[in-house]
Amino acid sequence: MGLGFYLNQAFALNALLAATLVAVSCGLIGPFVISRGMAFAVHGTSELAFTGAAAGLLIDGNPIAGALGGALVVAAVIGLLGVRERERDSSIGVILAFGLGLGVLLLSFYHGFASEATNILFGNIFGVSSGQLALLLVIGLSVIIVMAILYRPLLFASIDPEVALAKGVPVRRLGILFLLVLALTVTAAAQVVGTLLVLSLAITPAAAAQRLSARPVVVTMLSILFAIIASAGGLIASLAIAGGTVKPSVFITSISFLIYLLARLSGPIFREHRPD
Amino acid sequence: MSARTKPQTPPIIIEQAGLSLGGRELWQGLNLTVAPGEFLAVLGPNGSGKTSLLRALLGLTELTAGSIQIFGGPPAAGRSRIGYIPQQKGFDPDLSIRGRDLVHFGLDGNRYGFSFHGRRTATRVNQAIEAVGAGAFADAPVGLLSGGEQQRLRVAQALLSEPDLLLCDEPLLSLDLSRQQAVSALIDARRRRAGTAVVFVTHDINPILPMVDRVLYLVGNRWAVGKPDAILTSEHLSELYNAAVDVMRLHGRILVVAAGESGPEEQGHHHQAGHKPGETA
Repeated sequence: MGLGFYLNQAFALNALLAATLVAVSCGLIGPFVISRGMAFAVHGTSELAFTGAAAGLLIDGNPIAGALGGALVVAAVIGLLGVRERERDSSIGVILAFGLGLGVLLLSFYHGFASEATNILFGNIFGVSSGQLALLLVIGLSVIIVMAILYRPLLFASIDPEVALAKGVPVRRLGILFLLVLALTVTAAAQVVGTLLVLSLAITPAAAAQRLSARPVVVTMLSILFAIIASAGGLIASLAIAGGTVKPSVFITSISFLIYLLARLSGPIFREHRPD
Repeated sequence: MSARTKPQTPPIIIEQAGLSLGGRELWQGLNLTVAPGEFLAVLGPNGSGKTSLLRALLGLTELTAGSIQIFGGPPAAGRSRIGYIPQQKGFDPDLSIRGRDLVHFGLDGNRYGFSFHGRRTATRVNQAIEAVGAGAFADAPVGLLSGGEQQRLRVAQALLSEPDLLLCDEPLLSLDLSRQQAVSALIDARRRRAGTAVVFVTHDINPILPMVDRVLYLVGNRWAVGKPDAILTSEHLSELYNAAVDVMRLHGRILVVAAGESGPEEQGHHHQAGHKPGETA
């Protein structure tokens, strides 16, 4: 069956819409994840979204609500435990190890479909129901609105926390707020690429964008664009090449990585380097 | 509200203030009122609590005794009227931010939501950049700039925010002599034009000597405040250091040297970092 057939199917269109929404929020937060040195926090939050999803699955068969709960709890704990980067990373490592173990334990009690477990880890965008789609829509829009409001002070606080604080920017509170936005985004992204591969949407596009420009607004726009290309492109490739039998995650992460490689190779041409 | 509409409120009132960090006593019983438009230089050896004083003025460090009022209120409430130039600290070379963006924060970095900037905003940012001679590198990623270049951008940022009180922590570090003069002249012009009070932490008073109204000299848990001529004397500093100190004036420059038994050695490194006493003569 050709791509045209799939693109007339409700499940494929739902998936495409969900993937695009998730890409926009991931692309939006990506540059902040990098400038705040929070790649590991993203990883930790998504791994614990897995634990939450396993718990949700076990309790009432609802992995998304569980994942959201897990991610929010972890974001709150990270926010309270670690203010400084190094401190934060070690506390994430501690929680991460425990949380993953707990997730595996929870899954061992789950006797439903085995595929549910791999869906949590690697995403199951084609299985998105319209109810889940609505939730993703709400999450995506909230992330966009909150980031639009916080953008400038958050950028100031991420680049130059000392001066931002001296200028009255509530650096710590913004950091915790950003962690919550991160938790929401990670939960949403986990539906598309799965908790294990969240980094490919939340970091790779932004890392590629950073290679191409030093202007914060341009980097943010490119990051969103790259995330959409990877996310929607991966879905379409999955349908066109493998008829949806190979998980889109594979294509999404590959496209994302390819964009990064290209940006890395062409970066020095675009990014304004000063002749010294 | 600016100092122009309320010239009566002193930007800084420090009363009986003391600070201890990690069990070590820094300045104690500090009393000081800084008037609008006053230029105060803060001197003293490394570790005498100069930076901590600035942090206390910003409400970022709690006093262990006494009180500080900024524009008649608690320090944290005055932050929007303060320009702060922190001690030099490099930016990560990978940061996606240009010098221009860093300067722009001075205008609206603490404001929420989006705003669309007109040509007038761009012109103001440009003027601030040109004023510190940063036009040539303002569009490069800030992390790739030299320490002195970053420092000039920070000065532009602080001045762009049109502060009523300017707190500078070694703003002349890694600048060559002509840049030192240009940057101090800018700061001096701001306070003369707008009545901005300036607190200027430095290890070398010479580049700013003509502008300084008063000196605050911190040594251990002691301090002295007064006009430069009154404070920077052999007698006064020997008392403050509790050791024999010679203050010498050579061609309008001030040198502080220890007058120890082993002959004169350079004790005033906080005055003359990077210069041998002979060089400045």
